[in-house]
Amino acid sequence: MNIKDLQLKSIEYRKTILEIIYNSGAGHTAGSLSCIDILNVLYNNILDINPSNFNSIDRNHYIQSKGHSVEALYAVLCDKGFFTRKELNTLNNFNSHFIGHPTRKIQGIEHNTGALGHGLSVAVGMAIGLKLDKKPYKIFTLLGDGELSEGSIWEGLMSASKYKLDNLIIIIDRNRLQITGKTEDVNPLEPLREKFLSFGHAVHEVNGNSIKDLQSIFKKIPFEDQKTNIIIANTIKGNGISFIENKVIWHHKVPTKSEFQDALKELDKQTLSLKND
Amino acid sequence: MIEKANLEIFAETLLSLAKKDKDIIVVTSDSRGSGKLTNFGKELPDQIIEVGIAEQNLVGICAGLSAVGKKVFGVSPSSFLTARALEQIKNDIAYSNHPVTLVGISSGVSYGQLGSTHHSIHDIAVLRAINNLNIVIPCDNFETQKVIQSAVNYSKPLFIRFGKKPMLKIHSDNKSFKIGKGIRVKEGKDLVFIATGETVQRAYQAIEILEKDNFKCTLISMHTIKPFDEYLFLQSIKNTRGIITLEEHSESGGLGEKCASILVQKKITTNFKIIGFPDEYMVNGSQSDVLDHYDMSPKRLVEIAKELIS
Ligand SMILES: Cc1ncc(C[n+]2csc(CCOP(=O)(O)OP(=O)(O)O)c2C)c(N)n1
Ligand SMILES: [Mg+2]
Repeated sequence: MNIKDLQLKSIEYRKTILEIIYNSGAGHTAGSLSCIDILNVLYNNILDINPSNFNSIDRNHYIQSKGHSVEALYAVLCDKGFFTRKELNTLNNFNSHFIGHPTRKIQGIEHNTGALGHGLSVAVGMAIGLKLDKKPYKIFTLLGDGELSEGSIWEGLMSASKYKLDNLIIIIDRNRLQITGKTEDVNPLEPLREKFLSFGHAVHEVNGNSIKDLQSIFKKIPFEDQKTNIIIANTIKGNGISFIENKVIWHHKVPTKSEFQDALKELDKQTLSLKND
Repeated sequence: MIEKANLEIFAETLLSLAKKDKDIIVVTSDSRGSGKLTNFGKELPDQIIEVGIAEQNLVGICAGLSAVGKKVFGVSPSSFLTARALEQIKNDIAYSNHPVTLVGISSGVSYGQLGSTHHSIHDIAVLRAINNLNIVIPCDNFETQKVIQSAVNYSKPLFIRFGKKPMLKIHSDNKSFKIGKGIRVKEGKDLVFIATGETVQRAYQAIEILEKDNFKCTLISMHTIKPFDEYLFLQSIKNTRGIITLEEHSESGGLGEKCASILVQKKITTNFKIIGFPDEYMVNGSQSDVLDHYDMSPKRLVEIAKELIS
């Protein structure tokens, strides 16, 4: 898909995210908006995961470690035909399998996440397994930056380095916020790039809300021979909606009716200006 | 009367105690908002330690702070605190005997549709099996305030858990409260409800219906799971026609099984029913929908009670 089509898709995905959160009355709004461009490029141009190959091991895999941003994943998987919008609209209803975190009860989801700091180790296990079988497929995983405080992340990073997992791609949604406030106030991460480098990985930084930059960085994989690929995706939490961007309360705030309408208006404007470009 | 959430009472009580005692230290893991401790952080910035999303680190740091004389409250969602950091709880707090208070917020199925990763229906069971760790689950604002006050200078490792919804007032303010002593809320011969934490409210509502049908019921708020008040339990079940236990927890290893083990070992046979969550892929829904689904609606409790002693 070309850049412009993807950009238009991102706007549609943002709409879906807001709609399902607004309608179901719960969700992690800002974190879903910050990572949606990453998921967009992955699912539409890189991963080649679809309903017909999903049940096979012989394909690329994606594990969303920052499980709370499940609405972004739902928006993309719905678009890829894993389930219908009608099914997705049961989100948070009694007895629905569509809940506030990824579960394997939903077709298209690889692993149950929600407790932070688990996805990387599972991804490492899958990457080792595929290597043992000499399979050419890749494992992608998305981590939150606040999530990096969990010790298990650094345990996983050491294993990735030991087993030279060049088939593993770790993407950090570096939006610089978590629930309490700024990551650098809560538990400072910087110098982050240097930390990863010192663990022996190949690190690239990109603008994680730029379709173009994401597209070109994914094309560069594998970055270096026998090294795990780490992408620090610098994003804006709440990206795309002016009054949500960089506001800590929007971590799990649900838009009011007027906020919801204002947000949709902003998105419609973005679509128009893109189309007239 | 509906009062505040136990969570709010916890935060208010802790802040007022900490203002008078600078040795009280709270440790959080990106959980101060969920713990209603944002105010605490603003008013007493030197008495709050923030570790980021790192529950194992949190529990270890609590042990260390306690070792140098601080009165420590570690506050994090019960699911992450008691599953993620279980080994730190076992070794660094309980085994090493540091009298830290661990506070599991949003416990049970408080997180509703966020699902199993966020639910703590295992915490009573796993912590019961750890030596030298006491467990308290307050049912209302009164018990919450009392247990937090008692915890400050408590001599042993302590775990406290509660939810975040406003609760019914169960006790009058002049009741006596002591960790290790359950509280009799109602007294009647036909049936005994033994409940803990916020399920006391559900038993209370069921009993109000049963009383209209002329059933006389006893209700025990068994706020302390460990050390267990065996004396009160045995006193209250004398000559009853049936016992129902209630907990926002798995049926495995919780309050109900504790009661069952006492009954069997004392050779007491009676009508007995444990109500908790079964071993299955649990239904998704809000906290109250999930509790209702698993037989904890007052209406279902009434039906179960009548069946049990019919
Ligand atoms: C083990 C664990 N501890 C705590 C939480 C609660 N929690 C959910 S989201 C979140 C903040 C995540 O911040 P970050 O990783 O930066 O994600 P993002 O900013 O992308 O939303 C926290 C603490 C959790 N889900 N899992
Ligand atoms: Mg973040």
